[in-house]
Amino acid sequence: MRWRSMIVPLCAVVFIALAPAVFSTFTITLMNYIGIYAIAALGLILLTGVGGLTSFGQAAFIGIGAYTSAWYTAVYGGSPWIGLILALALTGVVATALGATTLRLGGHFLPLSTIAWGIAIYFVFGNLDALNRYSGLSGIPPISVGPWSLAGTTSIYALIWIVLGLSMLLCRNLLDSRQGRAIRSLRGGTAMVESLAIDSFRMRLAVFVLAGLLAGLSGWLYAHMQRFVNPTPFDVRTGIELLFMALVGGTGRIAGAVIGAAIVVLLKNFLQDVLPSITRYNAQMEIVLFGVLFIILLQKARGGVVAMFRRFMPRPAPPLPVEAPPLPQTAKPQLSGAPVLRIDDAVKRFGALAAVNEVSFEVRPGEVLGLIGPNGAGKTTLLNLITGTAKPTAGRIVFLGHDVTGLEPRHIAAKGMARTFQHVKLRPNMPLIDNVVLGAYPRTHTGFLAGALRLDRAEERSARYEALQQLRRVGLGDKFGELAGNLPLGQQRLLEVARALAADPVVLVLDEPAAGLRALEKKTLSDLIRGLREGGMTIVLVEHDMDFVMNLVDRIVVMDFGAKLAEGLPAQIRADARVQEAYLGGVA
Amino acid sequence: MTPEIALLLAQDGITTGAIYVLVALGLVLIFLVTRVIFVPFGDVVGYAALTLAALQLKQTPGTVWLVLTLAALATAMEVWTLARRGEMRLIPKALLTYAVLPVIPAALVWFAAGYDLPMAVGIVLTLLIVLPISPLLYRIAFQPLADASVLVLLIVAVAVHFAMSGMALIFFGPEGFRTQPITNAFFNIGPMGVSGQSILIVVSSALFSFLLFVVFERTLTGKALRATAVNRVGARLVGIKPATTGAIAFLLASALAGISGILIGPVATLYYDSGFLIGLKAFVGAIIGGLVSYPATAVGAILVGLLESYAAFWDSAFKEVLVFGALIPILIWQSLTARGGVEEEIEEEEGDA
Amino acid sequence: MTALLAVKDLHVAYGKVEAVTGVNFEMTEGQIVTVIGPNGAGKTTLLAALMGLLASKGESRYRGEDLRPLATEERIRRGICLVPERRELFTEMSVEDNLKLGAYTRWRDRAAWQRDLADVYERFPRLAERRRQFAGTLSGGERQMLALGRALMAKPRLLLLDEPSLGLAPLIVREIFRIVIGLRELGVSILLVEQNARAALETADFGYVLETGSIVLSGPAKDLIHDPRVIASYLGGKAH
Repeated sequence: MRWRSMIVPLCAVVFIALAPAVFSTFTITLMNYIGIYAIAALGLILLTGVGGLTSFGQAAFIGIGAYTSAWYTAVYGGSPWIGLILALALTGVVATALGATTLRLGGHFLPLSTIAWGIAIYFVFGNLDALNRYSGLSGIPPISVGPWSLAGTTSIYALIWIVLGLSMLLCRNLLDSRQGRAIRSLRGGTAMVESLAIDSFRMRLAVFVLAGLLAGLSGWLYAHMQRFVNPTPFDVRTGIELLFMALVGGTGRIAGAVIGAAIVVLLKNFLQDVLPSITRYNAQMEIVLFGVLFIILLQKARGGVVAMFRRFMPRPAPPLPVEAPPLPQTAKPQLSGAPVLRIDDAVKRFGALAAVNEVSFEVRPGEVLGLIGPNGAGKTTLLNLITGTAKPTAGRIVFLGHDVTGLEPRHIAAKGMARTFQHVKLRPNMPLIDNVVLGAYPRTHTGFLAGALRLDRAEERSARYEALQQLRRVGLGDKFGELAGNLPLGQQRLLEVARALAADPVVLVLDEPAAGLRALEKKTLSDLIRGLREGGMTIVLVEHDMDFVMNLVDRIVVMDFGAKLAEGLPAQIRADARVQEAYLGGVA
Repeated sequence: MTPEIALLLAQDGITTGAIYVLVALGLVLIFLVTRVIFVPFGDVVGYAALTLAALQLKQTPGTVWLVLTLAALATAMEVWTLARRGEMRLIPKALLTYAVLPVIPAALVWFAAGYDLPMAVGIVLTLLIVLPISPLLYRIAFQPLADASVLVLLIVAVAVHFAMSGMALIFFGPEGFRTQPITNAFFNIGPMGVSGQSILIVVSSALFSFLLFVVFERTLTGKALRATAVNRVGARLVGIKPATTGAIAFLLASALAGISGILIGPVATLYYDSGFLIGLKAFVGAIIGGLVSYPATAVGAILVGLLESYAAFWDSAFKEVLVFGALIPILIWQSLTARGGVEEEIEEEEGDA
Repeated sequence: MTALLAVKDLHVAYGKVEAVTGVNFEMTEGQIVTVIGPNGAGKTTLLAALMGLLASKGESRYRGEDLRPLATEERIRRGICLVPERRELFTEMSVEDNLKLGAYTRWRDRAAWQRDLADVYERFPRLAERRRQFAGTLSGGERQMLALGRALMAKPRLLLLDEPSLGLAPLIVREIFRIVIGLRELGVSILLVEQNARAALETADFGYVLETGSIVLSGPAKDLIHDPRVIASYLGGKAH
């Protein structure tokens, strides 16, 4: 099975290696452009396709890389290799600065900001005297490797495609590693990501800078191939062409970078040949046609070319994780009777409405606490206060002796709180095992570089084995390779529990896990919770279904209209008249 | 900088800002009702100005061909969609809306071109022919993607912009144009001179903003537009068709674009791609207004006009950098103050992750 | 007599999940019918499909006419109106504007809907007091009344109510349900979806119990309220 997925890439490598011997210089020049743009498109595939952050400014970063090295070599007289270091350094700094300031913008504001700085940077290129304004810089020396000068078309061809190949390899490794997995999980909302102790902002910044660095690299190659730079290739128009490449190739698949770049470059070349014989407005028609094609693509085939040929380039199914040394356990502080979790007079107001109104209770070690109440009682809001998703208007939340009031969810998660969500949050396009390994994030520590260089294999094996064990614990062990989106709701809820368990938490917070489940699924779930309880896990169970909760919990807290209505043992609660009134209040 | 220069720059800034107000209002209107960030809006402004210029030069403006092409495309798409759904009885109305109505002003302009037209006639013809452009673009490019995310709509909008500006170059060539001033009056108010054109621009801007306000508050269509903008689902539940309000929003915006183009034509030399820049700067103004409130949008647009005016005085080469660069701190300030913790969940898209 | 609403083998998908699986039921003119069930049973999905907001498979007929080719706007014109779970009010518009927009499909009958507007104000005096206020400033109960009032402005023959008691204090719930019963005098038939089983079964004529997409029980409401299975699941378990 692994062989099938290797056939196409192998053929491609052979083709690329033999090309200079077979094709004309002109074709090789085209392939040089394809390679250069593919590097930048690769960055965009990571940023937009995987990370979900649309950027129109990738061309501006190519420009920064190109101009830095161009100025350093042509004007200052330095070596192109130092130029490379400077190009990457400057691109990295600018990307970090822009990313740090703009990546917190939600929704559509981010791409808008990329248009803004994309245009601003373009105008900087065109207005700086040092860069010769719109006339550009010429006389850029070629790159030399030892005695060989890569001035010829074919000689730089080798460098470009080797760099591209290495970049693709490193990116693929990265995506397969711990941090890459975190980046892959960004798309679809940050609530889930933050609950797994992942700093989503830092991840976004990382992929943003990475995309910028790849663009800078591409720019360096561009400058020393063209031997001349001016601002025109680095405007928003090219930015959108790059986006087009990423979309055409198929966002989210590394190979899409090359495919997309190839399609766009060849298409432009074809149009440049054909259009002049049809109309004298060939340059403009090229642009118009591009725009039209783009629109058609977005309307009809948003998955891109790769999606259309998915059968020929199948993604290999993940292998069964083998037994490996266990991951380090999370520190479980000795509490000696002190409560694991204490809520002190918590209040949450939305305008005039008090969704949570001076609620106090505690959760003792090893107990299962049920938090119940009718719809609209404020249970989920209270849960959000506990996990940090919402900040209390007043009151305190104390977790393991630390005051965690107002802390970000990822900090609370890192202290040992794992949760599931009322509306299941997982990554439907990732296999079960990947979804669960995400839960083990705080117990692992491979960084970006180690991941890209594949130095993380030992830790990966442990993490994946841990994930498999948790999947087996919830009864999904044999489905580890299936895509999470194919599971029925009941099993998706179990998957969330497995993911939470992979974090080896001190406290497990379950938000209406039984909602929407069939009778059999509810039984599986309650058996699982009972098993965890026997194992000594502290659990907070928020539920609406009183019957489900009755035999499962040690104590119950009942909420209604934001306030605590009653607290006590299940039998007491069941007999409590006020509780019955709240749940059942008739109208007769 | 002397006080006289400061005042002159202020006047300049407010005049340009007044035009940005109309453009920005159109952008916000479209965004609120359809979630489309209509980047090609600026191009439509450009088309208006260049159409008037062409008419004044007694030439046939290429806009005629644009409208005819768009009408043909939209008609084809609508008929195809209706036929596929089996709703044949709706085809005659579709033909009327997409084929006949847009062609009328195009035909009028085609016949009138080449003659010496009075200023008023030229203006009216320009407005009429620009009117169908945005709704037709909506039907062709955006309506099929009505449920797509704001991001996808934004990308499509940028693609449409490229198509439009490419065609503008074909139709109007690379040279710049200015239209004849609507009025040559000149007044001396206190220490400074104010051109009648400037006053006309500011007054028109205020007038049309006010008219827009009246439409929104008093008419059923206006209420329906506001409702769709506030709550799409609720609008559907009272029987409002999102596609219809979308088209109306685009039509109103087209009108605003036409008026803006007509107003800016006499005071600036416009090239085939000037519209895009105007649209972007107006957009900065709209962003200042947070894309939510019309009065804030108006204020933002005027601020952009002033910023541009003073930035140009300080260093005309870098004024674009300043105006667009200024967008970033504004966006940041907004995300820190206005939103405050509202988490926008990005819709999970069917990609390969 | 043709049934007002006849649904046969209805399947509705919500995303990738089939939320409603093979539901059959009927309603006659003048009835109040309730569908009760737990969270996630598919009740809201069912109403959304009847309103044309979600695609569905199977047959649904309204006064004999096939609903499936009709868009939401068309269904409103024929007299079906939905008051959704989340109310979906125009929060940045006044109470009066919200109500007026309810008559969007009958705007031409100005005299008629102005009369109906006066009726709504009479039925909901609190809305009359607040007619110029923004809908977003109203309390939970007032919002529910506004949502009801807006739906009534469309002069519906079949009113679909999604969880009218959600998030409301018991006193307000009583008031709302009193109003719901009163609507029968207007000739409005009501399909009421509720989690508050007691309130629903005390108000309705006929009831269905929906669990994970299928109907598991049905019968006259006064029978269901004494049915041991219903009591066990939805009415508090052991007799008290």
